[in-house]
Amino acid sequence: MIPEIGQIALLLALAVALIQGTLPILGAARGRSDWMSIARPAAQTHFLLVAIAFVCLASSFVRNDFSVLYVATNSNSALPLQYRIAGVWGGHEGSLLLWLMMLCGWMLAVSQFSRHLPQPMTARILGVMGLIGAGFLLFMLMTSNPFERLFPVPADGNDLNPLLQDPGMVVHPPMLYMGYVGFSVAFSYAVAALLGGNLDATWARWTRPWTTAAWTFLTIGIMLGSMWAYYVLGWGGWWFWDPVENASFMPWLAGTALIHSLAVTEKRGAFKSWTVLLAIIAFSLSLLGTFLVRSGVLSSVHAFATDPRRGLFILAFLAVVIGGSLALYAWRAPKIGLGSRFELVSRETMLLANNVLFVVAMLSVLLGTLYPLLLDALGMGKISVGPPYFDTVFVPLMVPVVFLMGVGPLARWKKAELPDLAKRLKWAVVAAVIAALTTGWLAGRITAGATLGFLMSFWVVAAVATDVWERVQPAGGVRAGWVGRLALMPRAMVGMLIAHLGVAAFAFGVSMVNTYELERDVKMAVGDTTEVSGYTFLFRDLKNVQGPNYEAMQGLMEVTRNGKPVVVLHPEKRVYRVQKNPMTEAAIDPGFTRDLYVSLGEPVDGGAWIVRVYVKPFVDWIWGGCLLMALGGALAASDRRYRVKQKQGSPATVASGAQA
Amino acid sequence: MNMKSLRFIIPLGVFALLVFFLWRGLRLDPHEVPSPLIGKPAPSFALTRLDDANATLRRDDMLGKVWLLNVWASWCGACREEHPLLVEFSKTKAVPIIGLNYKDQRSDGLGWLNRFGNPYDASIFDQNGRVGIDFGVYGVPETFVIDKQGIIRMKHIGPLTPDVIDKRLMPMLRKLNA
Amino acid sequence: MATHGVIHRPKPSPQPSPRGRGREGLDRGVRRLWTAVLLSLLAFGAFAKDAPNAAADPALEARMMRIAQELRCLVCQNQTIADSHADLAVDLREEVRVMLRKGESDEQVRKYMTDRYGDFVLYRPPVKATTWLLWFGPGVLLVGGLLGLILLLRKRTRMSDDRFEPDEADGVEEEVRT
Repeated sequence: MIPEIGQIALLLALAVALIQGTLPILGAARGRSDWMSIARPAAQTHFLLVAIAFVCLASSFVRNDFSVLYVATNSNSALPLQYRIAGVWGGHEGSLLLWLMMLCGWMLAVSQFSRHLPQPMTARILGVMGLIGAGFLLFMLMTSNPFERLFPVPADGNDLNPLLQDPGMVVHPPMLYMGYVGFSVAFSYAVAALLGGNLDATWARWTRPWTTAAWTFLTIGIMLGSMWAYYVLGWGGWWFWDPVENASFMPWLAGTALIHSLAVTEKRGAFKSWTVLLAIIAFSLSLLGTFLVRSGVLSSVHAFATDPRRGLFILAFLAVVIGGSLALYAWRAPKIGLGSRFELVSRETMLLANNVLFVVAMLSVLLGTLYPLLLDALGMGKISVGPPYFDTVFVPLMVPVVFLMGVGPLARWKKAELPDLAKRLKWAVVAAVIAALTTGWLAGRITAGATLGFLMSFWVVAAVATDVWERVQPAGGVRAGWVGRLALMPRAMVGMLIAHLGVAAFAFGVSMVNTYELERDVKMAVGDTTEVSGYTFLFRDLKNVQGPNYEAMQGLMEVTRNGKPVVVLHPEKRVYRVQKNPMTEAAIDPGFTRDLYVSLGEPVDGGAWIVRVYVKPFVDWIWGGCLLMALGGALAASDRRYRVKQKQGSPATVASGAQA
Repeated sequence: MNMKSLRFIIPLGVFALLVFFLWRGLRLDPHEVPSPLIGKPAPSFALTRLDDANATLRRDDMLGKVWLLNVWASWCGACREEHPLLVEFSKTKAVPIIGLNYKDQRSDGLGWLNRFGNPYDASIFDQNGRVGIDFGVYGVPETFVIDKQGIIRMKHIGPLTPDVIDKRLMPMLRKLNA
Repeated sequence: MATHGVIHRPKPSPQPSPRGRGREGLDRGVRRLWTAVLLSLLAFGAFAKDAPNAAADPALEARMMRIAQELRCLVCQNQTIADSHADLAVDLREEVRVMLRKGESDEQVRKYMTDRYGDFVLYRPPVKATTWLLWFGPGVLLVGGLLGLILLLRKRTRMSDDRFEPDEADGVEEEVRT
């Protein structure tokens, strides 16, 4: 019964989505207010129906309803509750429903927070989002129905892939999809602006918080994925440039370019057509990612098992949505105005240089990801493109980005002077060089790569410090003390500074762990010890444990330092009863300055085990940095400036209006 | 549309190209690895026979004949699929078939052939899989066609099907035997 | 991918392994392991010894792993042979060790792999005519992009004022720093 309700909800949602996607847009073109006013209630109904379907699927999982094929394929009665719920998005069909749910969530938010927009704009935005929803609903109902029944009903299910039975599974996909799908808002704003012809600085101001919010969620989503790989895969890596990882990273790169480009467009009304194009590209990359992951076109550990027939449908959908919006762009963009002037040396230029770098980085990742496919399709053989390529190409592009990150915020809008900037930043340069070399020396050895990484990191910190220092200096007319001046800093600016510090933390963590990580692979029998970096690891015990749906060999590793106990770790080798794949559960002791990482390898003759012990310095700063970036984004998106109706020349805007 | 506005079409053009390649990509298999050994001499080997640990079969023993090398193992499920077909095909005596028993146990291999039939003129025993690696084997089953000069002419990955035998194998054999 | 057999074969019987057939096999394997551990505890009990390296020659092992990090595991869904537990990966790692012990260079090891499996096995694609676009594309795009930006901005500075829109932002929002 419940699956049928879900099924009907999806069908009704499709009908509503089609109405939402057509009438308001036509109404905006013809000036028909009654058609346009359908947009909001349609969006809300759309949301409600999809939510009902989602709850029905979740309920089928919780109730162990194995008469639903999707539940039988992805769940099991012994599966703990939280993974039964996460199982909803564990496979292709359910993850599509999650995608749709997120789209509807953003759609609802837009319908609620768009009161200040002119009606045709709202109508078009919600209309476009409705069409995207309709496309996904059509795809689901035609090829990937999560409510399909299975007869005869099996006694129990296939169980969720053991790799997914993890807290990471509960949070990573939802956050990731919030981000991916969130770019549909910027996309819809862009298409609405192209349709309506009203593209100005105000449009940029409206679009910015939505874009920043989506970017924040995507940052968190990618961060969670990376953390999860780190502690689940057992070999301590955190990024492999896998096609599916790249599929999430490309929208992030485009999104980062977009939030910086929006700054220029909001400030100067300039480069509007470029910003609109970026908004279209960011979401297009999200859609492309959806295609790559589900079509079987690329080989990846993350790929959903699916067939080329579905791939064809998604490709057609891509062609229509992206092709349509790019065609609209080609038609309307030439008419878009130039905005106002700025000098060759200015903050605007630096932001645009940032754009060039990020877009080139994104295109490089795209090139590397699709190149094997390209050669194969042309009959020119099969190659692989992996981390060696991406690391070689991507990292050098980020060096100038980080350099600009330091200079940009200090440069004046419209016209900046290089000698002036050099003078203001010279202490930052000196401090960064000294700090970088000192860090290398303290860590034990100075290498070129690590020094460059530290330099990048400390440069940003020093430049941010310089920026804050300048802002708290007494300025003409403002009499408050330095604390007061700090408090006057607009939230968006604080957000920017924190996000940039996040990048610095990230660079620091990466440099540290890549250069100074220590690893020991040893044969340990119970009672043996090994020493790494001053930590002594004693293999105290090994026993057999029963999990809810697995059996495991669990080791007990006592870690001490200078005789004082540090932590007790329990690395495991699990075998899940239903799917029978062996899984390595690494035991990690996270710390501010290092992670201790122990994983069990294979048993060898004599009762000993191969044990891998790592000491990874500052590795958590990688994700700490991402968290700071996300925090910065959240602060920037919630700046009052976006919620206060902007009045021309109003003194009230001075305090909150200082541009980030 | 004048020259200046032509550049706004570039994104659409690039996208169209992308869609074309993605469409082509849907027909390709990203996991299939083509062999670099086609047209090159078969790697030299000297392995004991599966049924007689004292007898050795070498690559050069097969010179002068067109022959098939079929990689199989008792633990391989997909080999079970192609085996009846292979047994039938061997009865036509169209071409000598040598089996490469890959990473198996002698007793398991022989037992498997006893149970399911033996299409091979002889099977050679590659316990540690090194000869397999030399042939670029990365999965089981795989089938190679080797000509009279000992050059590899064709490699088929996966179980043989009637289609493959009729449309690819037989024409190749006819050509090589001519 | 039903066509090609899976390389995950069960380990030969004597070795205790948690990977058994069915729950019974699992319990048996785990129980054997536990017995072995207990026995070794009895045998070596009081000696808490400093654990020996898993590899006989750590320096060679490290070199092998560095090479293996750039080689693709052909039976996996995008993993290096350094990280994969698949049989073929284990075999190939051993092959690399053997070659390194013989004194072969990194380049020779890579050639061994590509001779058998083609360029597909390299995660760092070789620089050849077919990959020029891949390796030089990003650099070309960067130079082109930056040049294009500079040219565009200079063109803007040379345009007359009437092409531009009035600066609405100035006068409304003020910088704390002037």
